[in-house]
Amino acid sequence: MRFWHRRKEEEFDEEVRSHLAMAAQDRADRGAKPAEAASAAQREFGNVELVKETARETWGWGWLDRLNQDLRFGFRVLTKSPGFASVAILTLGLGIGINTALFSVVNGVLLNPLPFPKPQELVSLHESKPNFGEGSISYSNFKDWRKNNQTFVMMAIGRQYSYSLTGAGLAEQVQGELVSSDLLPLLGVKPVRGRMFADGEDEIGAAPAAMISEGIWNRKFGASKDILGKSLTLDGRSYPIIGIVPGSLRLNVAGFHESDVYVPIGQWSNPLLPERDAGLGIHGIGRLRPGVSVEQARADMQRVTRDLTVAYPEANKGIGATLIPLKESIVRNVRGQLLALLAAVGFVLLIACVNVANLLLARSLGRTREFALRAALGAGRARILRQLLTESLLLSLAGGSLGLLLAGWCTKVALAHLPQAMPRATEVGMDARVLFFTLGVSLACGILFGLAPALKISKPNLQETLKEGGRGSSGAKHRTQGALVVAEMAMALVLLVAAGLMVRSLSAVWNVNPGFDARNVLSFGLSLPPTMKDASSDAIRAALREAQTKLASVRSVKSVSLSWGATPLGSDDEDLFWIEGQPKPASENEMNWALSYVVQEDYLKVMGIQLQRGRFFTAQDNEHSSRVVVVDDIFAAKFFPNQDPIGKHIVMANKGGVAEIVGVAGHVKQWGLDSDDQNALRAELYFPYMQLPDQAMRLSANGTGALLKFDGDAKQVGAAIRTAASQINGDEIIYGAQTMEQIIADSLSDRQVSMIVFGVFAILALGLASVGIYGVISYLAGRRTHEIGVRMALGAKKSDVLKMVLNDGLKLASLGVGIGVAASLGLMRLLQNLLFGVSATDPTTFLVVGVLLTCVAAAACFIPAQRATKVDPIVALRYE
Amino acid sequence: MSTQDERLELLQGTLDLLILRTLIFGPQHGQGIARAIQQASEKELLVEHGALYPALQRLEERGWLSAKWGTSSNNRKARFYSLTTAGRKQLLKETNKWKRLATAIGRILDPARKV
Repeated sequence: MRFWHRRKEEEFDEEVRSHLAMAAQDRADRGAKPAEAASAAQREFGNVELVKETARETWGWGWLDRLNQDLRFGFRVLTKSPGFASVAILTLGLGIGINTALFSVVNGVLLNPLPFPKPQELVSLHESKPNFGEGSISYSNFKDWRKNNQTFVMMAIGRQYSYSLTGAGLAEQVQGELVSSDLLPLLGVKPVRGRMFADGEDEIGAAPAAMISEGIWNRKFGASKDILGKSLTLDGRSYPIIGIVPGSLRLNVAGFHESDVYVPIGQWSNPLLPERDAGLGIHGIGRLRPGVSVEQARADMQRVTRDLTVAYPEANKGIGATLIPLKESIVRNVRGQLLALLAAVGFVLLIACVNVANLLLARSLGRTREFALRAALGAGRARILRQLLTESLLLSLAGGSLGLLLAGWCTKVALAHLPQAMPRATEVGMDARVLFFTLGVSLACGILFGLAPALKISKPNLQETLKEGGRGSSGAKHRTQGALVVAEMAMALVLLVAAGLMVRSLSAVWNVNPGFDARNVLSFGLSLPPTMKDASSDAIRAALREAQTKLASVRSVKSVSLSWGATPLGSDDEDLFWIEGQPKPASENEMNWALSYVVQEDYLKVMGIQLQRGRFFTAQDNEHSSRVVVVDDIFAAKFFPNQDPIGKHIVMANKGGVAEIVGVAGHVKQWGLDSDDQNALRAELYFPYMQLPDQAMRLSANGTGALLKFDGDAKQVGAAIRTAASQINGDEIIYGAQTMEQIIADSLSDRQVSMIVFGVFAILALGLASVGIYGVISYLAGRRTHEIGVRMALGAKKSDVLKMVLNDGLKLASLGVGIGVAASLGLMRLLQNLLFGVSATDPTTFLVVGVLLTCVAAAACFIPAQRATKVDPIVALRYE
Repeated sequence: MSTQDERLELLQGTLDLLILRTLIFGPQHGQGIARAIQQASEKELLVEHGALYPALQRLEERGWLSAKWGTSSNNRKARFYSLTTAGRKQLLKETNKWKRLATAIGRILDPARKV
């Protein structure tokens, strides 16, 4: 394009030249002298340059030319003032960078589609029970749902299960997922090798088979080529490997997890599997038929579940189906947080832009002469405006590029530090949308902060400016700068208040008493050797007792208790029961519910839970004695109000019948330090481990929980107990060891992350705003040098000058704080969901933050104020 | 004939019309067109030769003229412009418009006189 451009220009030049030559020749022919002829021809022609330019315009690419000119000029101007340019670019880079970083997270988590084919057709499935909206699906119900529905292409279920893998190197516990045959096809997964499960292979009684992940194929089997047909020994049973699942599968959705092994759910040896009313922690997922909406599917499933309720009135009473679009179920917890963060980071960017705008305004005064001159020479206002905007855009694009680099580094660091805090964290990264976002934001910023200064400069009062040697300062300009600073301060205040509230929330949550003493408590899993799989429940009891004694004998262990069922801040499990003396409820859904903790006699010692009344279990409460239970105070208040529960009896639906209440313990926060109080199910029930019915006892051999209290270092204790377990039997495995403190910290990590991020933004905002007010005040003080000189000559003291300048600054700051407080009172309400233990209008936080900001502003004004006092009146007066 | 100062300045759009008209007699270069207009108007019209060129470019852009390099009568290299078919059509249109305009204005200025 440019090449043709030049050629056309040359041609035109030649045409004009030849015209002039011919005209001159003509005149010469008619008798004029050659020199006269040439100049007469020139005059007759007119202004050659003007003609050329007008002609150029008709060629239609004048705009490209002008843009080129503007860009080159702008670039020169900026390189001439490197100080200003670098400050502006750094500020913008910072603001745009954190925006890009956060946006890439929002992009990966909220905006990007899920990594499955046609993800909009996927919904997560749950049974809706009277107590839970999203409850576990039973295997039998699932089979009927799959058969009777008309709106789904495929349905699948899965459940986590950890297997002990033996017979291949070191015995270890592996993460497994019990699946129905269509789970992987539904997600569009293609095996790396071999095949997937066939229809019917997930039925109870089918031949065993398993799929393994690429990860474990590499790790345990050295990626050997003849892996298919080899067998895996899981929990003592042999499963032929039929296929390998690709490592790229991201299965962390809706309760499913990426696993090392996938086993058809029919292979689960849990005797409760075929029970229609069993709640076994099974989650489901479905793919809708093309064109079917979620509403239609919900209506269809209502029909299906209604028919099932009619067919199985006892088991399925009140059971419906809950469908949630898959993406919704993943992001709904984090969406609020992410959007709040995005707003916060937007504020920071605004503050950065305000700073740059102020810088430009300050600089603009030095350039009024330049532009007045250009206007006098004929530049139109639009032209000047375009020039200035080009300069701003250059700055903002440079800032944007810097921001991209910063964002890339930031996101990498952030993701390394919080992998599990965010769902879909692995999908966060820089893609086209993020780049476009950065570009868009940069351009918007450039226009935003460039417009006001540009409008001001491009309309100078020509006469005045050219006359006075450039000192024409107008009050209006100062007002704009002042207003911008006030806006900055207000926004910084809002962010600081938000951060302050988050900090207080987090510390409030940390201080919540969980109901137990988390110090030096280790939680882990224990699985007996696979040989015990078919042992009698008595043999299992003996083996577990042996394990417990052995562990208790380890040096740094103070007390040990096995644990089955629920664990505080961990998994939950429920007991169904009714109170003895009252009529037996017709179905399970009408029974009472309580959180179920199946523990041994040392449990209270391990967890430091307070025993309020009566007694806890002893070694005598075992499989040969009558059943006993201990309840917590909430249970007592709920089911035995104003009575002493001790001595009363309840009838347990799944744990063998009547049990006597022998003690009342303190409540433990099962659901989370901050969320337990809101949960509907809080009543807690403790049951002696050894009194578990035989069925459950046999299950526990595969893997039971345990907790112990230790002295000293957690890692060492972990190693010690692992050694102790393997001394009993090489295939007895201890796995998943975590300290209770860590578990609590993990449960708060979300909150902590929010707080840290908000805190960082708030500090950035504070820093930027301080720089802003510093800049403006020192600029204003600089303009008043003359005035200060006069004052000092007339007798003003240094302290008076100091006070005068500080006053200027404090006026702006307090106005900003005032507006900020007013805005925060309104805005913090939006954060209500993220707060805990502190109100959205908490006066202490507001006060502290307000004072902090004012002090920082005062400090920022101090330096220019000091400088102002150093003015030598004589010098100042001499300056014209 | 009028002196230099009394010559009339051309209205913008009319220059196009005159150029098109001049080229009816065959291809001509810029100089020639300028001269022709001057002579044909008996030196009444003031045309800055420079103003001609942007107009020529514009007309060429619109497709009413086509241009080619050639040699002039005194052996100088010059760019010759000629009317295209579209140009001819445009000339007819513009001429009609101009005549109607002139008649209308004439009626207003001198209602008695019959044109």
